[in-house]
Amino acid sequence: MSDLLRGILQAIQLIVAGDAALLEIVALSLRVSGLALTFSVLVGIPLGAFLGLTRFIGRRLVIALLYTGMGFPPVVVGLFVYVLLSRSGPLGSLGLSFIPRLFTPGAMVIAQTIIAFPLVAGFTMAAVMGVDPNLRQQVIALGATPWQATWTILQEARIGVLVAIIAGFGGIISEVGAVMLVGGNIEHNTRVLTTAIVLETAKGDYGLAIALGLILLGISFLINLAMIRLQGKSFD
Amino acid sequence: MTDSASSSAALAYRLSGVRKVYGDRVALQADSLDIRLGEILAVVGPSGAGKSTLLRLLNFLEPATAGEIEFLGQPVGDGSRVGLAMRRQVTTVFQRPVLLSRSVHANVAYGLHLRGRRGRHGIVEAALEQVGLSQIAHQPARTLSGGEAQRVALARALVIEPRVLLLDEPTANLDPYNIGVIESITRQLNQERRTTIVLVTHNVFQAKRLAHRVVLLLGGQIVEVAGVQQFFEAPADPRTRAFVNGELVY
Repeated sequence: MSDLLRGILQAIQLIVAGDAALLEIVALSLRVSGLALTFSVLVGIPLGAFLGLTRFIGRRLVIALLYTGMGFPPVVVGLFVYVLLSRSGPLGSLGLSFIPRLFTPGAMVIAQTIIAFPLVAGFTMAAVMGVDPNLRQQVIALGATPWQATWTILQEARIGVLVAIIAGFGGIISEVGAVMLVGGNIEHNTRVLTTAIVLETAKGDYGLAIALGLILLGISFLINLAMIRLQGKSFD
Repeated sequence: MTDSASSSAALAYRLSGVRKVYGDRVALQADSLDIRLGEILAVVGPSGAGKSTLLRLLNFLEPATAGEIEFLGQPVGDGSRVGLAMRRQVTTVFQRPVLLSRSVHANVAYGLHLRGRRGRHGIVEAALEQVGLSQIAHQPARTLSGGEAQRVALARALVIEPRVLLLDEPTANLDPYNIGVIESITRQLNQERRTTIVLVTHNVFQAKRLAHRVVLLLGGQIVEVAGVQQFFEAPADPRTRAFVNGELVY
């Protein structure tokens, strides 16, 4: 209890003081997860819409793979990316400049994108499939092109699509396994909120660990609140 | 040759040997059907006769399995060769309207947005006025009753000013007031804008009230096409007579 209380006090102190080390960690967390979420949305929403709206041979297999992806343990994804990007790995050994190296924020973005995009795609697919199947025929009859029809269906599914984005964000801002493995928790370089919490707990500095945890929760809450605000009246 | 060219110029559609097959079931077999520009053609027949299939082909929502369709004087093959601008000359009001979860006004304006134009000033408002829904223009469309929703569906078809309007059982399950509103708008649209209207209905009285010509479909086959008076008073086919008299024809 005293640890928790101390943590809360320390969190307030750190925030009020605008602690430079804290700001750096928060900024990197947001940058890595924000970029990963952006890529996940760019891949996941079109993929989810495609899977939800078309029928093709092998679709069930793709969906089964996607569902598996939604439950990927981050640490396994981390391991996978680690092996790929390591100096002797299939991608790392190519030495290409646009492939991020291990223990860089770029590697963390790749790992988190792999974690988040199945979530975004899976929830988007479910949302799109929940839209009245007759709607597509009706908007095409009103003169929509196939692209316009798909866009309209995504707009109709907007609450579900927003949940997809929130789920993707929640999955990566809170994960530690992948960023720890491929980032390495290097101070001033690849240390993010979750890896810092692991480190402080291991060091026995529970107060700071709890402070960081509360800040993570607070950021997550504020971002979700902002996304719902962005959606406007749809939630009424 | 010139005769057939000039006669097809006055046609909205000419169907030749058109057939639509689902699996191993022939849903429609229209060996020859002309739909004239500016007419109201009622399509009657029992359920499963191929009425809705015909409308989907006329709106180019599905291609025909075989046959040739001519639309506004242009051959469009099985329907898949119709261009976007041509396809946008025709729209359907379905039996069960699916509205967008937006305001009534936004639903009515939707077809114009698809075309990247706002339309004549006040055209959306005028359409809402016409269907008697101006006072609820800013309500969410999902809160409407069945009759109101169908009037919104009609209004969103009106604003795009189609050359051809397809109505698929538009008044099934509606109360007499809403049936009256929709029928009078249909008549007005045909008289004032010369809109070609194809009305699918299982209600022979509605066909009698609105149509210039009537076609009876049975089991996907065209039994008879005739002017409304002849269709009801002196049908050529005994099955038409039976259908008009409300007897079961199968």
